Amino acid sequence: MGPALLGAAVAMAVLFGPEPRIEETVVVLPSADGHIGTVVVEHAGERYVLNRPYATSRSVGEERAKITQLSEPEIRQSFGSTLQFLPARPASFLLYFITGTDELTDESKAELQKVLAELKQRPVPDIAVIGHTDSVGEREANDRLSAQRAERMKGFLVGIGIPASRIEVAGRGQRELLVPTEENVDEPRNRRVEINVR
Amino acid sequence: MRWIIAAGLLCFASVSVANDVGQIKVMTGTVHVERDGKRFPAQVGMAVRQSDSLITGVDGTAGITFTDNSLLSVGPNSTLAIDHYAFDSTTHAGQFDASLKKGSLAVVSGKIVKQSPGAMRVHTPTSIMGVRGTEFAVKVSEGGN
Repeated sequence: MGPALLGAAVAMAVLFGPEPRIEETVVVLPSADGHIGTVVVEHAGERYVLNRPYATSRSVGEERAKITQLSEPEIRQSFGSTLQFLPARPASFLLYFITGTDELTDESKAELQKVLAELKQRPVPDIAVIGHTDSVGEREANDRLSAQRAERMKGFLVGIGIPASRIEVAGRGQRELLVPTEENVDEPRNRRVEINVR
Repeated sequence: MRWIIAAGLLCFASVSVANDVGQIKVMTGTVHVERDGKRFPAQVGMAVRQSDSLITGVDGTAGITFTDNSLLSVGPNSTLAIDHYAFDSTTHAGQFDASLKKGSLAVVSGKIVKQSPGAMRVHTPTSIMGVRGTEFAVKVSEGGN
């Protein structure tokens, strides 16, 4: 076969030979809290609702999808390294303060160590630290105190090596009471800092 | 002059820009980001934008956290395009369209889907997945004939 003929044969094979067909697998997974979501798969003019743990749709080319259920080992085999590299879940922590100060309560001091250990696991965390107060005292003083509480916590985060540029700080004063109260109510659950990380 | 340089440095130093819709949080192996027709090697901490594509090598995986707290991970030998992403952090309204051209993808949906079930869609060569909540995985391969 001359090169021209060979070329023509290859072209024919490309044009008329059987195309490799696309195989697709979609599987619904239970979330960390056990909640099962729903995914609606539209394929070749049909809709398939997957809403049970490990419910799976499998399709080849434009043929109808098959609905099955994969076992956990099958999922690990198919998706192991992909699932392993989901980023850490965004998380939120609350720490509480001694009245009128930026000193953590003894309980929250212990909790802080756990929070720091958790944050250290994340290679590039984005953190928001939001300080709050209860309704005791002047509002302006509470704005300052809430910012001071947040800054103090930021100091701990920088202390374990998190770059300051990755930490946003805000003081909300008494504007977002966790437990709604009248003015001048000493409510320990309102004297807090929220640490949100993702 | 010093101030101009300082201002310039500040621009480069800022961690996130308005166009940034997500960030690569974890990565292994070879991963590239394709943006405006150019290919960059990806690295942990790198921002992801609308219209970016992520391309992983045979040993590559990348996990991305989006501004609405959606989490995506792209497995080895995959191509994922972020076709459209919009998120209003006040109302949580938004729209998220991504295309898995090949390979594998795991998804944990975020605030966009919580606010509007179905507002996230994953497109594959032969299907569209409407996401109404939480976690799932997709694989696309070229099978037999």
